[in-house]
Amino acid sequence: MADKKIGHITAINGNMIEVAFKDSVIQNEVGYVLIGNERLKSEVIKITNNTAYLQVYEITKGLKVGDKVEFTGELLSVTLGPGILSQVYDGLQNPLPALAEAHGFFLPRGVVLDPIDEKKKWHFTPTAKVGDTLYRGSPLGWVPEGIFQHKIMVPFDLNGEYTLVSVVKEGDYDLTETMGVIKDPKGEEIKLTMSFEWPVKIPITAYNKKMVPSEPMVTKVRIVDTFFPVCKGGTYCIPGPFGAGKTVLQQLTSRYADVDIVILAACGERAGEVVETLREFPELSDPKTGRSLMERTIIICNTSSMPVAAREASVYTATTLGEYYRQMGLDVLILADSTSRWAQAMRELSGRLEEIPGEEAFPAYLESRIAEFYERAGYVELPDGSHGSMTIGGTVSPAGGNFEEPVTQATLKVVGAFHGLSRARSDARKFPAIDPIDSWTKYKGIIPAEKVREAHNILRRGDEVHQMMMVVGEEGTSVDDFIYYLKGEYLDTVYLQQNGFDAVDAVSDPERQEFIFNKIHTILYTDFHFEAKPDARQFFNELRQLTLDWNYIQMGADEFVAQEKKIDAHIQAKTKA
Amino acid sequence: MRKVYNKILSIVGNVISVRAEGVSNEELAEVSTRRGTSLAKVIKIDNDLVSLQVFAGSRGISTDDEVRFLGSPMKVSFSDNMLGRIFNGSGEPRDNGPALNENLIEIAGPSVNPSKRIIPNRMIRTNIPMIDVFNSLVVSQKLPIFSVSGEPYNELLARIALQAEVDMIILGGIGLKFDEYMYFRDELEKGGALSRSIFFMHTASDPVVEGLMVPDLCLAVAEQFALKGKDVLVLLTDMTNFADAMKEIAITMEQVPSNRGYPGDLYTQLASRYEKAVDFEGAGSVTILAATTMPGDDVTHPVPDNTGYITEGQFYLRNGRIEPFGSLSRLKQQVNKDTRDDHRAIMDGMIQLYAQYLETEEKRSMGFRMSDWDKKLLKYGGLFEKEMMDLSVNISLEDSLNNGWDILSQCFNPDETGFRSGLIEKYWPGEKKTKVKKADQEISKEEKKEEKPLEKEETNKDEKTTNKTKSVVKKSKNKKEVSKSSKK
Repeated sequence: MADKKIGHITAINGNMIEVAFKDSVIQNEVGYVLIGNERLKSEVIKITNNTAYLQVYEITKGLKVGDKVEFTGELLSVTLGPGILSQVYDGLQNPLPALAEAHGFFLPRGVVLDPIDEKKKWHFTPTAKVGDTLYRGSPLGWVPEGIFQHKIMVPFDLNGEYTLVSVVKEGDYDLTETMGVIKDPKGEEIKLTMSFEWPVKIPITAYNKKMVPSEPMVTKVRIVDTFFPVCKGGTYCIPGPFGAGKTVLQQLTSRYADVDIVILAACGERAGEVVETLREFPELSDPKTGRSLMERTIIICNTSSMPVAAREASVYTATTLGEYYRQMGLDVLILADSTSRWAQAMRELSGRLEEIPGEEAFPAYLESRIAEFYERAGYVELPDGSHGSMTIGGTVSPAGGNFEEPVTQATLKVVGAFHGLSRARSDARKFPAIDPIDSWTKYKGIIPAEKVREAHNILRRGDEVHQMMMVVGEEGTSVDDFIYYLKGEYLDTVYLQQNGFDAVDAVSDPERQEFIFNKIHTILYTDFHFEAKPDARQFFNELRQLTLDWNYIQMGADEFVAQEKKIDAHIQAKTKA
Repeated sequence: MRKVYNKILSIVGNVISVRAEGVSNEELAEVSTRRGTSLAKVIKIDNDLVSLQVFAGSRGISTDDEVRFLGSPMKVSFSDNMLGRIFNGSGEPRDNGPALNENLIEIAGPSVNPSKRIIPNRMIRTNIPMIDVFNSLVVSQKLPIFSVSGEPYNELLARIALQAEVDMIILGGIGLKFDEYMYFRDELEKGGALSRSIFFMHTASDPVVEGLMVPDLCLAVAEQFALKGKDVLVLLTDMTNFADAMKEIAITMEQVPSNRGYPGDLYTQLASRYEKAVDFEGAGSVTILAATTMPGDDVTHPVPDNTGYITEGQFYLRNGRIEPFGSLSRLKQQVNKDTRDDHRAIMDGMIQLYAQYLETEEKRSMGFRMSDWDKKLLKYGGLFEKEMMDLSVNISLEDSLNNGWDILSQCFNPDETGFRSGLIEKYWPGEKKTKVKKADQEISKEEKKEEKPLEKEETNKDEKTTNKTKSVVKKSKNKKEVSKSSKK
């Protein structure tokens, strides 16, 4: 290893170090600070003259001027291969459970473990034949990983045409063994194993074309699926002040969303929240397959107390893993919580680099970085004609709950749906606290858009009457207007809100949503006759109670039908002849 | 022997710089002046130019004073001898006891591996209904109390400290007024908790920078005790002072400020402290309660705002009451499913109705005529504020829940409350569950009056029986019902 390039630290400022080097360094290459037995991973982020600026992914306590830095010549990369599913990684793909086994309660500094167990045997079935022409991303064969066929592919950085020279027979292999050999047009042979590396900040584009997302991604949250749907391959954001339920909403989505793989990027948030997922998912079963939920989940966990530079990387790590599985024709959902922390990590770094600050001291390139991140989502057609998708949902934690701040605004420009959470709704314990008036979507959902718009109109009208009532009082409102208000409230309470703790109400599948929505739509457009307002209030209170109870009953049960009859009878009594 | 440097190149704010070699990042140094010695910490190294933040402040430092590097980062002694002791922000004794130097541990150590954490599941009962019922406190939670200067947040902290079931209390004061410090000491002494407490006290008269170390000292010691199996409660007051001290250093170091002068890494700095709250698998736990004053009662101020994103909820203390809106315990759902089956329903239902009450109250103050429904809400709001929100109410969780149903039944018909029918069947007080007319309510109110003495007797009894289980409560409730029906 004599040819390893070595530099020396000349200055230390927080998690940024300046390193004097002699020969050459590559922008964004990885370097290791050598201190005792520890090797602290760091990344080159700026080069001037003979000084490289590196951000260190660990705590810089104890570093000295003159300490050695070893440059690797490689960009920050992740390892791709079978065994990633159900793992818990930090932002740099260090497996946390393995770290805990080796080092106990605390996260030691400068320890790097293999992201994937190299010694584990996988049962390989070849699909490509000797003589086949292969491109980047073409499968050699597959191994079973959980419920999926994990394709063993030609690495994505091998551009050009290759011919398969040999491939191993069906059998059990580990990650160190050569699975096949390919030959480029010049006759040079390349050995392939089951895993390879890919730099996280470069998107994987080994697909034919990107397509417009059109298939709804069902989340089983009524307000999302019916009113503000998201499509597979789309992007959406959930901004909201603290305590408005961003994380709870994401947790529910991660459980019930109708996708193959969920990648949770806990980016600079509380460790406790990750722990919940971590401990509960293995126990929960996937509603689709009946297997443990953890089998379809990857957690990238860089919580707020972990080094800030790794937080910046964690979002890219998550998207790269997502793109890898998308290449296998799977539907992937990435939930990033929260992108504001990621933006703050960029801000901290930018401050240390003494760049000229933009708005609220965020760097000028904030918008383009956010756009780049969301643009990695997409619904793609793969070379074999099948489709894969990667949907990205990011929470935003705007300072002071004010959406007029740089991160929220930059995000809104690039996403396809906006689920704005409101403090007023969460204070009133309305869950989910998605604001039905302010939120929007560009995607089509499971219910015809026309009907949704009609329901939405009632909601808006009811809201207007409510605003008016705040000014002129109830007595100044006509009975007809008052009914609009009650109808709006009714729709809000029984349909937009969901009891996240109730086993039945928390999960509303599309059939149920359609059925109940149609029923409620009919009610909303029924003309009722009331003598006076208390009369109307009484009627809707009772109706609400009946419908709420209906929400708690499993669809298809006898009680479900019985309850529906009760509701019908209740309505009949007051319908205008 | 470490080298001594006696040429200080610059003194700006509380930061000094010297030319020195072989110094490591975050190393400690001793600065000796004519007035005594102070500790200082390395915060930036640029070639041989080393910047240090002086804990005692730079006032009185001469450019030829001595700077001696100690060769290691800040450490604090850890032993059982610390119990009952009081230290300052540099970890030196503040009482007249001996200095402790054995068994030194590093402060601000590495963070806990998330995969080694467990889901918090033990409730800490405080006998404050606004906490126990609506926002339960949970072991290993980190929770700030948002309030403004003048609110009794220190009183609330002291009360929670005394009533909460924990093994140890570590109190960190940052910029605390001297009389508040004495108040804490006296209260804990009165409650007999001093012998299981450790104080790290930085008062308003001490140099600002010294307060920066207080949270790290408290949490490093707490962590060690927790590893030894103790449930530790850490109280930090006031974290806004901590943030302000950080701001001061950042500005002295000419960092680009992000928001109102606070450094861009405010979130990270606060988080690395709060995230020390943990429940260790097979050992003890650290729970953090911190007072955060909001300058100008503005929750969007960077300090409370960043804190809210880090902590697992928050209590708003306003007008001497814990506000039901905005106050939130994110971990409550981990524990309130196992208390009583009506806990969650009461928790949400009562707040929803209280929100409607506030709206009505607003309408009333604008002079609108009140409908029957409005009148019911007004009555409800009054009762709720008096019997649930008042901080002087000191009753167990089960009593609070029963009290909640009582309040509801005094004000509403069952179908107006939006509760699930099953729960109304089970808990709605009185037999006539389908009472509709107001007159009936008046009657039920009278019944209540007659019953009062009896009820009181029972709550007294309840208070005596410690470790009440669900069944006991149920029994007492049944008894109540029996006695009621027998009267008829």
